[in-house]
Amino acid sequence: MSGESTYQPNNGFTKWMDTRLPLLRLAHDSFVDYPTPKNLNYWWTFGGILTFCLVTQIITGIILAMHYTPHVDHAFNSVEHIMRNVNHGWLIRYIHANGASMFFLAVYIHIFRGMYYGSYKAPREVLWILGVIIYLLMMAAAFMGYVLPWGQMSLWGATVITNLFGAIPLVGDSIATWLWGGFSVDNPTLNRFFSLHYLIPFLIFGVVILHIWALHVPGNNNPVGISVKSEQDTVPFHPYYTVKDGFALVVFMILFSYFVFFAPNVLGHADNYIPANPLVTPAHIVPEWYLLPFYAILRAVPDKLGGVIAMVGAIFILFVLPWLDTSKIRSARYRPLFKQFFLIFVMNCLVLGYLGAMPAEGVYITLARICTIYYFAHFLIILPLLGLFEKPREIPESISASILPETAASPAE
Amino acid sequence: MNRLSALVFSALLTAGLLITVAEAAGDAKHPEAIDWSFKGLFGMYDRDSLRRGYKVYTEVCASCHSMNQLRFRNLSQSGGPEFTATEVKAIAADFTVEDGPDDYGDMFDRPGLPKDGFVNPFPNVQAARAANGGAYPPDLSLITKARSGGPDYIYALLTGYEDPPLGMKMRDGLYYNPYMAGGKIAMAAPLLEDLVEYTDGSAASVEQMSYDVVTFLNWAAEPELEERKQTGFMVLIYLTVFAGLLFFSMRRIWADKH
Repeated sequence: MSGESTYQPNNGFTKWMDTRLPLLRLAHDSFVDYPTPKNLNYWWTFGGILTFCLVTQIITGIILAMHYTPHVDHAFNSVEHIMRNVNHGWLIRYIHANGASMFFLAVYIHIFRGMYYGSYKAPREVLWILGVIIYLLMMAAAFMGYVLPWGQMSLWGATVITNLFGAIPLVGDSIATWLWGGFSVDNPTLNRFFSLHYLIPFLIFGVVILHIWALHVPGNNNPVGISVKSEQDTVPFHPYYTVKDGFALVVFMILFSYFVFFAPNVLGHADNYIPANPLVTPAHIVPEWYLLPFYAILRAVPDKLGGVIAMVGAIFILFVLPWLDTSKIRSARYRPLFKQFFLIFVMNCLVLGYLGAMPAEGVYITLARICTIYYFAHFLIILPLLGLFEKPREIPESISASILPETAASPAE
Repeated sequence: MNRLSALVFSALLTAGLLITVAEAAGDAKHPEAIDWSFKGLFGMYDRDSLRRGYKVYTEVCASCHSMNQLRFRNLSQSGGPEFTATEVKAIAADFTVEDGPDDYGDMFDRPGLPKDGFVNPFPNVQAARAANGGAYPPDLSLITKARSGGPDYIYALLTGYEDPPLGMKMRDGLYYNPYMAGGKIAMAAPLLEDLVEYTDGSAASVEQMSYDVVTFLNWAAEPELEERKQTGFMVLIYLTVFAGLLFFSMRRIWADKH
């Protein structure tokens, strides 16, 4: 944390507490008087939104677990029991199910924001890596959560994903058997997935605390990407960003509510309302929308092991992003070429998502291969080279200077 | 930056929706969109249609299809067909339910009660298959949620039977329906004109019966729909006002920094 603590305990209890466990001082320094760049735009509100998503998922999840039965004979019916007989059970479940989609929507915006403004660059590499870990844990939690209603897509999605471990040479089959607790996805698998699905959110919560800690050491990055130089550049977190984050959060909740109340199943798959049946394979097995780009990469590679390596690599490459980007300039605002390539990269990810939902045949496969190659090329070729050859725009002297119109280096954003 | 922001944001938002739409495409004929009373933000169930739909369901569908998630008492809950408690008792009593064991260890039959589940036409899957040429009539509790296209698809399927195209071989017990993936379905056209006698004077055309029964099936799948939308409105109004208050608070708090 930059600067001295300004916390003043103002009554007997808080003074007593402050000399024993200064929790309130920590909260004050982290969320009240925490100096924050004054030029953060709305893309920076997604951290708060994501915290809200995590807490919402945990609370609704705990309530769902009170009524859910993790057994192949009862899971599907217990979810319907929640929908029909538990007071407001439909609301809790729809918040939880759509909450996963909203969580991923927010995390993707958060990740792309970090990429656009170079938030992963020194001294924030650890912050970025912790974020990637959270993202990985989120995918694991979401995948296992999707298995729990024990519909057709639950069973077959779990079968496809766990079968991927079978691609590992020599020990693959043993690992798959070990994961399943049997010879196919069955009751032991459902049971352990429930256990792990309950565990992972608390792991995420722990890593989120580390993520915020790692954020508060160097402080926030900001849209111009230059470090805070004086007090002029900052405002205290409260009330300036509590109100801004709060406003953005409520707008986000409006979108969230639209899905929960008016289109609760539009982001899901109809087949998951058919009870799981090991004897009937659905025509198209597709994961939830937020995993589709990786599914497209998996299927783009003709070899099973190669596909698994590409898919895992597509996520793990994010860990080394801070060292692949050779440019010292953080914000894309001052990197005209990177700005274009960033946009192409985002489009490429969206196209991969679309291709992940399409059958793996014909032109879709060809396109998926091109997009997969481009995905890796962005990290392994474009980013390292751009840093060396790109001619950046003139960077303002300070955050304050960037905001004042008369000294602005570029037209207002 | 603003233009770029808007572009990326809207692209991300629509991506999920587009993909869901894309998934629905298949080799079967695409069902037409029907103007359901329960469609859209303000759509609610048509109570009369639900009651007629129940009649169609119980006289036609229920002879082969189960409805495992419903209990008779659901028929009187608000947001559904809203039969009176007395009507529901009478409806339930028309069915025979196996209960027990009694004090002597024997199972016995008794008339149905509102707490009982809808009675399954077959004792088990094997019996259902045996009676239907090997095909298992799916449970209808969630059918409008369990098929892409939802109620539109079920309606199209019920009204869409036609003669098979020239050259298509139909095995005995299979019928042609262009809305079914593959075109072949083991259910014969279930609805014929005036198959059900409506007590409210409505004409029992195939279209009307299909509309009514699909409305009923949609309620069976989403009995919470009316409460959900009503709650949703309150939530949206609350959040919009709250967002407005926060917006103006924000303007005021930030006023000295701009």
